[in-house]
Amino acid sequence: MRIRPHKGLQIDGFTLGDCLHTGGFATIWDATHALYRTPLVMKVPTILDGYDGPTIVGFEVEQMIMPRLTGPHVPRVYAEGDFATMPYIVTERIPGDSLLKLFRSAPLAVEEVVALAVKMATALHELHKQHVIHLDLKPANLMMRESGEIVFVDFGLSRHDHLPDLLAEEFRIPMGTYPYIAPEQYLRSRDDLRSDIYALGAMIYELATGRQPFGEPMNLRGVRKRLWRDPVPPRMLKHRFPDWLQEVILRALEVDPKDRYQSAAQMLFDLQHPAQVKITARGEKLKQDGIGEVFRRWRRMRRVKGFGPPPADALSQMEKAPILMVAVDLSPEMEALALRLLQAVRRIRATQSDARVACVNVIKTARIGIDQTTDDAGVNLHVSRLVALKSWAAQFDLSEEQVTVAILEGPDPAAEIIAYAVNNQVDHILMGARGSSSTRRYLGSVSSQVVAEAPCSVTVVRIPSYAIAGPVPTAMVEDGADA
Amino acid sequence: MARYALLTDIHANREAFEAVLGDLARRGTDRIVILGDIVGYGPDPGWCVDRVRVLAAEGAVIVMGNHDAAIERVENSMNAIARTAIEWTRAQLDPAQGAFLAGLPYSVAEDDLIFVHASADSPKDWIYVTSERSAWPSFAATKARAIFCGHVHVPAIYSCDLSSRVQSQRITAGMPVPLIRSRRWLAVVGSVGQPRDGVAEAAYAIYDTTTNELTFRRVPYDRAATSAKVRAAGLPETLALRLLRGS
Repeated sequence: MRIRPHKGLQIDGFTLGDCLHTGGFATIWDATHALYRTPLVMKVPTILDGYDGPTIVGFEVEQMIMPRLTGPHVPRVYAEGDFATMPYIVTERIPGDSLLKLFRSAPLAVEEVVALAVKMATALHELHKQHVIHLDLKPANLMMRESGEIVFVDFGLSRHDHLPDLLAEEFRIPMGTYPYIAPEQYLRSRDDLRSDIYALGAMIYELATGRQPFGEPMNLRGVRKRLWRDPVPPRMLKHRFPDWLQEVILRALEVDPKDRYQSAAQMLFDLQHPAQVKITARGEKLKQDGIGEVFRRWRRMRRVKGFGPPPADALSQMEKAPILMVAVDLSPEMEALALRLLQAVRRIRATQSDARVACVNVIKTARIGIDQTTDDAGVNLHVSRLVALKSWAAQFDLSEEQVTVAILEGPDPAAEIIAYAVNNQVDHILMGARGSSSTRRYLGSVSSQVVAEAPCSVTVVRIPSYAIAGPVPTAMVEDGADA
Repeated sequence: MARYALLTDIHANREAFEAVLGDLARRGTDRIVILGDIVGYGPDPGWCVDRVRVLAAEGAVIVMGNHDAAIERVENSMNAIARTAIEWTRAQLDPAQGAFLAGLPYSVAEDDLIFVHASADSPKDWIYVTSERSAWPSFAATKARAIFCGHVHVPAIYSCDLSSRVQSQRITAGMPVPLIRSRRWLAVVGSVGQPRDGVAEAAYAIYDTTTNELTFRRVPYDRAATSAKVRAAGLPETLALRLLRGS
């Protein structure tokens, strides 16, 4: 006979307090344990009498995946219970409620929307880096720590790249929550991290407009419509809605996963650099597509069984779509090095076609003294560097959405480069280094500091000393390990 | 609480066996289980049997495979190549080595685990577990939470859920699979000495009872050396090629 949860129940050292939440598939209880001082909750699936497949498998999936996750964006797991007595998962208690209430108060001011979107995209990228695709992102499954980080809860539909997918054969109908489910999920795909990016786009749309992009379909026929019917553009619903934010939202909501952001980090990059977002027809549109266009899409989509092959796994998808940061020195004596850097980036782009290239140039400012950017000379320097960097970056022959430029300023160039890499989830830094002659040792130390402290791989491009006299086209490349 | 190293189908391949023993020593395991077929096909039966006898004396669990059984009793079910190799092997082994193989148990149960060479429902019939359908009798025949077998030479894992439905699960070498307790599990461990899944590396698995995770592992070994020995011994050429291709 299985045990059922109730207030005061003692099991495996835990004592249950109040029931905090009763959902369709589980109840959540306040829990205490003599050994733990952290506030805890126990989630217990509501298993109907007899065999209740979907609930059980969903809970098995959570028991498999949740203990493997770490970091601030997931609740920490303390214990799991056996199905033979009472299945449960004990996690830390995240104070407060889900973000459902906040979403009900939408539309929010644009600044608030962007701030939340940045937090959600950051959390999502961290989750994807741990090989997990959530597949049921919705306001009720998001919480926020007091320190501000978004926390994902409920991994009952999730998929781990390296674990058996217990759900693969479980259901014959699409799994997910209708307002947020991606088209490929509707078409039974469970292995594309870009499905989460779609759901994220739908949530940002909702925060910004107070409406769900596809309403609240009551059945699968209603869900299917999103294969051909585009959502009402936010700019039609809200006066003075920024075109760049509409661009970001509608790109995340593209029907075909290959037209969306290819990683949460790339979406995050745009959310953090509005001025660099390339505005296309998506950002410009002020009304839904006309009936003729929708009809043409319907004819194309009505028999579609799926989109291109999904990525092999979450990590390889992210590796295909990295953010490359190129720190380049454009002073005349460094032209040869800048050229080698250019070649190095092109080689990487050849295998990582969805890579986004962020070019930066650092202006070293005096540690003490007037802020250079406030005087005319400083402004001129900034502008001329930006122009030069843009023209250098144009040599990559990339579309505007694949390349960005930024001028960083600070007394410690290496620290500026590292801070930029951290803030923008950069996967790989490429930079040049001069030879190691004694007069240049000082400048070379920028790259060595970056190699030592960067949170990602660093490739340092050098001109071999024998090549300075003549053109020998082999760059010496060193790969830095993680710091 | 233990970390089990699960080895099977060594098939007299000394280089692969040594490579696996080296790998599991580096990864820290405290109990070795050998799921049968120590000999057959490969060129070093005597050395492999002696090494297994030492491991057995140190506490390893050893069960019998069909090739081990065939040393003493002629097995009619074997194909011509396997029979040729068994006849050659029989001549290589001394009586003590043969007696060791003949005395091995067909299956061993330890806690809630079962170790067996082939299908657990009738170990002496050497039935291959290659599908959900052929995995079912093993689950039906025992109450064990996890069954470990070999014989197939292709690693695989099956789960049996609360409604007794058997499902094959995808595995990734090197990535731990939690054997969640709401299901029972059957793992077919890949072959140390004659892999047949297209990967020409020795296969084995580690089961950690503390974390309750099973990890399928692959270890490269000097397969050119082993296949040269196969040829030098005059064993069928197919057996040498098989090691080089891993299929």
